[in-house]
Amino acid sequence: MQNTQSHWKSESLTRIPYSLYSDDAIAEKEKVEIFHGNTWNFLCLDADLKDAGDYRTTFVGETPVVVVKDQDLQIYAFENRCAHRGALIALEKAGKEANFQCVYHAWSYNRQGDLTGVAFAKGVKGQGGMPASFCKEEHGPRKLRVTVYCGLVFGTFSQDSPDIESYLGPEICTRIQRVLHKPIEVIGRFTQALPNNWKLYVENVKDSYHASLLHMFFTTFKLNRLSQKGGVIVDSTGGHHVSYSIVENDAADNSYKDQAIRADNDQYLLKDRSLLAGFKEYDDGITLQILSVFPGFVLQQIQNCLAVRQVLPKGVASTELNWTYIGYADDSAEQRKVRLKQSNLIGPAGFISMEDGAVGGFVQRGIQGAQAHEAVVEMGGDHTGSSEGRATETSVRGFWKAYRDIMKI
Amino acid sequence: MTLCAFNAAYAFSIDSDSLETWPLFFTDDALYRITHIENENENLPAGIVYADSRNMLIDRIAALRLANIYERQRYRHILGIPAIVAQNSEATHAHTPFMVARIMATGQTDVFATGFYKDVFVANQEPGTQGNALGILLKERVAVCDSTVTDTLLALPL
Repeated sequence: MQNTQSHWKSESLTRIPYSLYSDDAIAEKEKVEIFHGNTWNFLCLDADLKDAGDYRTTFVGETPVVVVKDQDLQIYAFENRCAHRGALIALEKAGKEANFQCVYHAWSYNRQGDLTGVAFAKGVKGQGGMPASFCKEEHGPRKLRVTVYCGLVFGTFSQDSPDIESYLGPEICTRIQRVLHKPIEVIGRFTQALPNNWKLYVENVKDSYHASLLHMFFTTFKLNRLSQKGGVIVDSTGGHHVSYSIVENDAADNSYKDQAIRADNDQYLLKDRSLLAGFKEYDDGITLQILSVFPGFVLQQIQNCLAVRQVLPKGVASTELNWTYIGYADDSAEQRKVRLKQSNLIGPAGFISMEDGAVGGFVQRGIQGAQAHEAVVEMGGDHTGSSEGRATETSVRGFWKAYRDIMKI
Repeated sequence: MTLCAFNAAYAFSIDSDSLETWPLFFTDDALYRITHIENENENLPAGIVYADSRNMLIDRIAALRLANIYERQRYRHILGIPAIVAQNSEATHAHTPFMVARIMATGQTDVFATGFYKDVFVANQEPGTQGNALGILLKERVAVCDSTVTDTLLALPL
């Protein structure tokens, strides 16, 4: 293994070596230390697995896994790798199975990932077969520990990961509960292929500094709410964060209209303002909450537009971003319509998120040939604490604090 | 033939960067949505674009022109022959396959999207005023992509 210590010139979190986004040795170390280490990785929603036998296939890092609900209505997860030759056990993204059978040589598994059947184990007409010493219990795909928190299904390959509430910390737990306080339904799934290292997207999510600079939709159409306040919460590990903003003015929608009336150039106003005609559903007045869990999970509330995002590395320079748009199970038809309309703000074509799909690629392309150089992450100082304002990169530094701790570099 | 001519004009409005004419192919109260086959099969209603009025389409073009930041790119639509799936005096329901290549400023050209349009065409009550002289407008167009994956971002409409 290459000496990864050399990437960092100091203990400071205000400089990020560009080599971390393109170095194969780093990516290999991440697989071991992060994705198979003491982290909880988002697998799917509880709402994705309604009945016994329902399963989804996904990834922890780049390792394929099966997530399935068994007869006991508990959720199990295991590596999607046959114990025989290593082929994928389940090929579909989702489905319903009594048990799983590898297509290659028909080895079979129950819903908890135990090897239950070996085809022709006793041979054919007395010929061949497995030795009598072969013990099925000693073979099988690796199993994950699974936990369900507020309807989010997380898995870990490590026996040493702390329980999920300790992992998240009280402030993050509170902010997850705030959004996922009642049953949800999936209203759409979209995948975005990002042309950059996975960490560039995670940093982008945590970067409250860029929002009003890169994303011009609200500014251009004079939709900025003047009375916004907000802040950034970073947990004690640095790895998880919440950024939020609050509209203090209860008459927010009227203030939109007032602005529209005062604006002097119709060309710059939305013609159909129903796009942002939301409804108040949280008593705390928070209209935007972006929450991330290390290493690659995001829970998003932008007005009434709710979604979870799963960030998956696909090689060193590409990333898969899985969006799951959600609503509450008890939404009225009108509320659901509002969520559908506001979903124009997010996703691969989102008015305030499409830029995020490209900007990581701009960095990935920009740093070619600059492996010995570093990014500057000094906005708001050098700390990783929570912050009242959002012109700060504190939660980006927090990510690197958690990253260096777990990577031991 | 009318549907073919309509679709040809529709595609050309996007591919020739005449995006301001694109909303004029729709009725005032049109539904336009971009989704993919898996959502469609599961009846999941969200779209990566979801508009239920022509004005929302006009706003999307305004956003592309004025607000959103993306690398310069063009599309080339190749549209198949419409299959009429239902027709009555009010409306024609048709499915039309599409392939869209995306040409970046760097010259890189990729197949960006394939799929089919699920369309509902109605008579244009005010032909000539709506930007096309063909006598029909889209009351509904759902672009159902074959792939669940969108590369980088979707700026221009399909």
